[in-house]
Order: sequence, then C-alpha cells, then structure tokens
Amino acid sequence: MQNRNLLLILAVLIIAGAVYFMTAEQQKKDQDIKMGVILGFTGPIESLTPGMADSAELAFAEVSESGALLGGAKITPLRADSTCVDAAAATAAAERLITSDNVAGIMGADCSGVTTAVANNVAVPNGVVMVSPSATSPALTTIDDKGYFFRTAPSDARQGEVLAAVLKDRGISEVAVTYTNNDYGKGFADAFVAAFEAAGGSVSVTTSHEEGKGDYAAEVGALAASGSDTLVVLGYSDGGGRGIIQASLDADSFQQFAVGDGMISQALIDGISGDLTGLIGTLPGSDAAGAKMFLDLAASKGKDGDGPYRAESYDAAALMMLAMQAGGNAERETVAKNLMAVANAPGTEIFPGELAKGLKILADGGQVNYQGATNVELTDVGEAAGSYKELEVKNNKFETVSIR
Amino acid sequence: MGGFENSLNALVLLANFVLVPALAYGSQLALGAVGVTLIFGILRFANFAHGDTMAFGTMVTIFCTWALQSAGISAGPLPTALLALPVGILATIALVLLTDRFVFRFYRKRRSPPVIYIVASVGVMFMLNGLVRLLIGPDDRKFTDGERFVISAREFKQSTGLAEGLSIQTTQALTIGVAILAVALLFWFLQKTRTGKSMRAFSDNEDLALLCGIDPDRVVRVAWILAAVLAVLAGVLYGLDKSFKPFIYFNLLLPFFAAAILGGIGQPVGAIVGGYIVAFTEVTATYAYKQLAVYLLPSGWVPDGLLQFLSTDYKFAISFIILVLVLLIRPTGIFRGRVL
Repeated sequence: MQNRNLLLILAVLIIAGAVYFMTAEQQKKDQDIKMGVILGFTGPIESLTPGMADSAELAFAEVSESGALLGGAKITPLRADSTCVDAAAATAAAERLITSDNVAGIMGADCSGVTTAVANNVAVPNGVVMVSPSATSPALTTIDDKGYFFRTAPSDARQGEVLAAVLKDRGISEVAVTYTNNDYGKGFADAFVAAFEAAGGSVSVTTSHEEGKGDYAAEVGALAASGSDTLVVLGYSDGGGRGIIQASLDADSFQQFAVGDGMISQALIDGISGDLTGLIGTLPGSDAAGAKMFLDLAASKGKDGDGPYRAESYDAAALMMLAMQAGGNAERETVAKNLMAVANAPGTEIFPGELAKGLKILADGGQVNYQGATNVELTDVGEAAGSYKELEVKNNKFETVSIR
Repeated sequence: MGGFENSLNALVLLANFVLVPALAYGSQLALGAVGVTLIFGILRFANFAHGDTMAFGTMVTIFCTWALQSAGISAGPLPTALLALPVGILATIALVLLTDRFVFRFYRKRRSPPVIYIVASVGVMFMLNGLVRLLIGPDDRKFTDGERFVISAREFKQSTGLAEGLSIQTTQALTIGVAILAVALLFWFLQKTRTGKSMRAFSDNEDLALLCGIDPDRVVRVAWILAAVLAVLAGVLYGLDKSFKPFIYFNLLLPFFAAAILGGIGQPVGAIVGGYIVAFTEVTATYAYKQLAVYLLPSGWVPDGLLQFLSTDYKFAISFIILVLVLLIRPTGIFRGRVL
C-alpha cells in the first residue's frame, strides 16, 4: 500500500515536471524574452528596491503591451536578490539568471560593491549587458567592462562635488565625515573630501562605519570628539547611516546633518525618533520634462514613481529594449552594441510612455535619442552625466530645494 | 572659573560617552554571563546556545509587545516590553526545559564527556538560530516605546549651562536598575534558600551532593530556569537599549564567554565583575579622547589626532584579546573558577 502511494506521487511529479518544461519550451517559441532584475530586495536598502523594480517592470510591461518589439515579442522580467552587500550571494543570483534563466540583459545591480562583483565575475565574462540604475561608485568608471556595463546613475565623483558645493553655499566650512565601509561609501567619501577641501573647507575627521551593528554610540563619540558641528553621513537609510544619526541625536552631538543619496528615504525620517528638520542631502535627479511624464505614467498604472532611483530604473530597462530593437534581435551581443546609439543623439527624442513610438521608429530604420525620465545622456564610458537634486527635510518630508 | 568649568565639562563628557554606555552594556553582559556560568557550574558544559536562547526569549517578548501595542495597552513612560517580559520568560523556560529533556538529558544519563555536550549545544544553537529567523526574520527590529530619556543631552545643557550634554536614556537607566535587582535576587536565592544551597553544593562536588540526598534532576531544572530568566532579561534589555537582530545576539556569545572566563567560570560573582570589565575595556579602548584633551590640557598641547586607541570597528576584537590573555595567563580567572 505504502509503495503504491509512493509510486503514485512519483508519477504525478514526473508528469508535472514534464508539463512545466514543455510549457517553458512553448514560451520560448512565442518569442518570450527574459530580462533580469537584480536588486537588493533584502538588506540595507530593502525599503528602496521594490519601487525600483516596479519602475523597471513598468517599462517592460509598456513594451510588451505595445507589441512593437521585434514583431510582438513579450518581455518576462525575472527578479533576483543582490542583497546590496553580499557579493557572493549577488554573484550566485546573477549566475542563475544568466546561465539557467538565459536572460538577454540585466537591469541592476543596485549597490556598487555587488554591482562590481556581478559585472566582473558573471556579466562581462558571459557577454551580458548590465545597466545599473543606482551603482554610483567612481570605481565603476574604470572597471574593464568590455562594453557590457552601463549605468543610468551618475558617478559619485560628481555627487561628491555637488554635496561639497551645497555645504559651501550654506556657509558650512568644517565637517566630520562618516561613510559606510564599502565601495560606495569609500568612493563617495573620497570624492566629497577632495571636492570640499578644494573649495576651501576643512574635514576634521573621516571615519568608516560598519553595517548591522546594534549601537552606534561609540562611533558617534569618536566623531563628536572632532569638535565639528556638521556631520556628513554617506551611508544607508535602513542601516548604519540611520544608526549614526540616531545616536548623534541621542547625544545631541551635531547641529547639522548632510547626507548622500543612499540616505534619502522616507524610512529615514520615520525610523528616527527626534527631529530631522534641516537635514540636507543630494540625490540624482532633475526637473527634466521626462521626470514629470514618468510620474504621470507611473500614476496611471497605479504605481508611485516618486522615489530614489525609480526613474533611473525605468530608463535602464527601456534602454536595453530599444537597443534590441535597433539591432533587430534579442541577442545579448545586440543589446551591448546598440545601447549607446539609442541613448545619445542623433535621433528622435523619446520620453517615458513613448517607448512604442521609439520602437516603431527603430523598426522603420530610423534613429532615436532616448531621453527618458532622467534626461539620459551616456558618457563615452557608458554612464549618466548626471544632475542632482538638493533636498532638505521640512515638515518630516524631503523637499527639493534646487537642481544642480 | 574657566578651569573649573572645563573640568566639569570633561567629567560630563566622560560620563556621557564612557560611563553611562559602559555601565548599561556591562549590565547586559553581566546578566548573560551569569547565565552561562550557572549552566557551566551545574551541568559542566559551555552552553553555546545561550545567545540564541536570548534571541528566542526576546522574540517572544517582541511578539507579545506588538500584541499589547495593537491592543492599545502601554506601560506609560516605561517601554511596553516590560509588560510582555513575563510571557517571554515563561516561553523561554518551557523551551530550555524541553531542549534539556530531549537533548541534554540523554547525554547526562550516559555521563558523556563535556565536549559532547558542547557539540550538542552547538546543534541546539543552530536550531534556535533557524527558528528565530523563521519566525521573526533576520532584520533589525526596534521595539522601544515610552519616554526615551530620563535626562536628554539638550535639556542637560540648558539647565546647567555647560557645553557638554549628558544623556541618560530610559532604557539605560532601566537596564542598570533591573540588572542590580536581578543579581541581588539571584545571590539571595543562592545563599539563603534551601534550593540555592543545594545548587551550590551540587556545583562544588556532585558526588558528595548526591550522597547527601540532593535531587539532581531538580537542581538541573532550577539551573535551566534561572539561566532562561537571566537570558531573557539580558536579551530584552539589550534589545530595548540597542536593537534586536538575531545575528547580533548570536555574536554576543563571545563577550559573554570572555566575561564568564575572565571572572572565573562557574562563579556568578566573577561573571558579573567580568561583564563590567569587558564592557569598560571595549568602551574605553575605542573612545576618542580628543575633546577631553581640549578641556583638560593647555590649548597649545592639544594634539591633532583623535586620541583613539582602537577604531570602533575593532570593538569586537577586544573580547577576543581578553579571552586569549586570560586563558594564557590565568585560566582560572579572577575568582578562581574551573578551568574550561
């Protein structure tokens, strides 16, 4: 009796497996193009990533519904977890997407360290294009990417300059700096310190902090010993950066905080007990025509497009599909070869919600200059040139003060 | 006048960044280390599952706190978690008694050597580790509510007119208070009650205690119950003061053992002293003394550096150093405990 039951279960499993694989085969024939979305769905920026993934999938869905891609191909986005901090986990996730799911391109990864690891270990060796919406480390400018790595977010070398200028313009001339101990934090801090000192400011102390500690009072004690009134925190809103600010407020150690893009999140304001009014920060973004169109597009699909790196995510996804169309097929090599051409002039300017129009122009042999939600303009190494929003906390919300 | 004010400022600075945090952290370590040392004294093995027992109890307390919060019940200025604490303690007592019944009793009956116990406790540790992550997840949880400060830095500055502020958080005051109370009760229990005395007898000489008619099962049971109560207290206080994250609780095992061994393992007094020594060493070795120098030294003498002995990133290494030094130089610890 027992044996018969076992056999029955085994038979059902085999049939189910066969059906699954057959449908998988079937889908392939229907010109189903798989695209990877690798973001840190768990880890220190987990509150940011769902909005980013939604935005990328918005672009995929727009293209699928238009029926204009390669004669009606559909895009299936596949999500994978980069964890933001664990390079081994991110590499494994990318490996799976590339070798077993056979994706045509990857939207991601998010944090600079894991992005570098995935690009060097998996994407570039396998000839798969990665377009990161948010990896901003200056180090990524010079990796040996063989033309497979792009980013719609600008390098922090630029953000460091902007943040330094913001502080100088507000009359702040001496700061203490703490950064999260990884590629993003280190690169950003180096750029900021260099720019701030070049502008005549002085940096009293620069220290790193580790993620995932219970208590940051000791770190703040060391920073406060510098005697500076302003603390620059280049970390993460769900991680050590928040801990540092909380501990500083508890000890009443600093009068003014300035933060980088990784800290700009409503979760920062909500997660801290104490008043953050007056906290200033920078975030890649612009008041380009496309930004407004993207917000409207997202709203019409029931999503919120207003958040860190959501517009960049949409653009990253859109660029890869336009590149496929320009080359006439969904091969990995095609995406790599045509991405720069569709991103930059010459050609018809394409904005969010107009992907179908862009695809048609390309199908007819024309050229497009994708502007997207962030005024995409890729430099010769394939990264966004970048404009930044200067933000300030007012009434428990980040508000845009100006665009730089 | 300036000199007097400067020394006052220096004093407040030290109190704020060294004394208060180290006292609170030391209390949490002491509670945890006493639990480790009790189990070692009675059951004669190093319980590696202690950190995760702590995480389990804290997790139950957090769930219960959430339930209370959503029911609108609070403890006024004190954290709601205090009301939830008994539930966490009861659940943890049940848990440790169950693991003893189904894991450790088996080895006790066979009179297994201590190393087998240790490996078994590592197994229990991994199981609890997984259980906690399964139930509450691996993330950071803050469950502190109520009044945040007894004295806030800003108020202190305004009322005293000093440049430096002293902040004492409610959770820090609570930690120190509860730790003193718990330790006092524990010693009263061990010194004055019949059960406590039989436990000490059992710890000193097991065979002699058995000859005198002491029930070994009862002694073991009481030891587990005490360890569970202390673990949950330490865990909840640590979580209130800092935050709850399963991985950090697992990591606390190292300072616990450093404290217990430094004080002399098997000696409750030693564990408490050891806890405070480890905490104070960690805090004083990683604090930057520059501001202190600014207050105390003539202006020309103040150095440019931060005057920091070790970067705060190396905080954890200090427990290791203490552990290694004690094992090398005086393996029995300060109060002449057993050799591990």
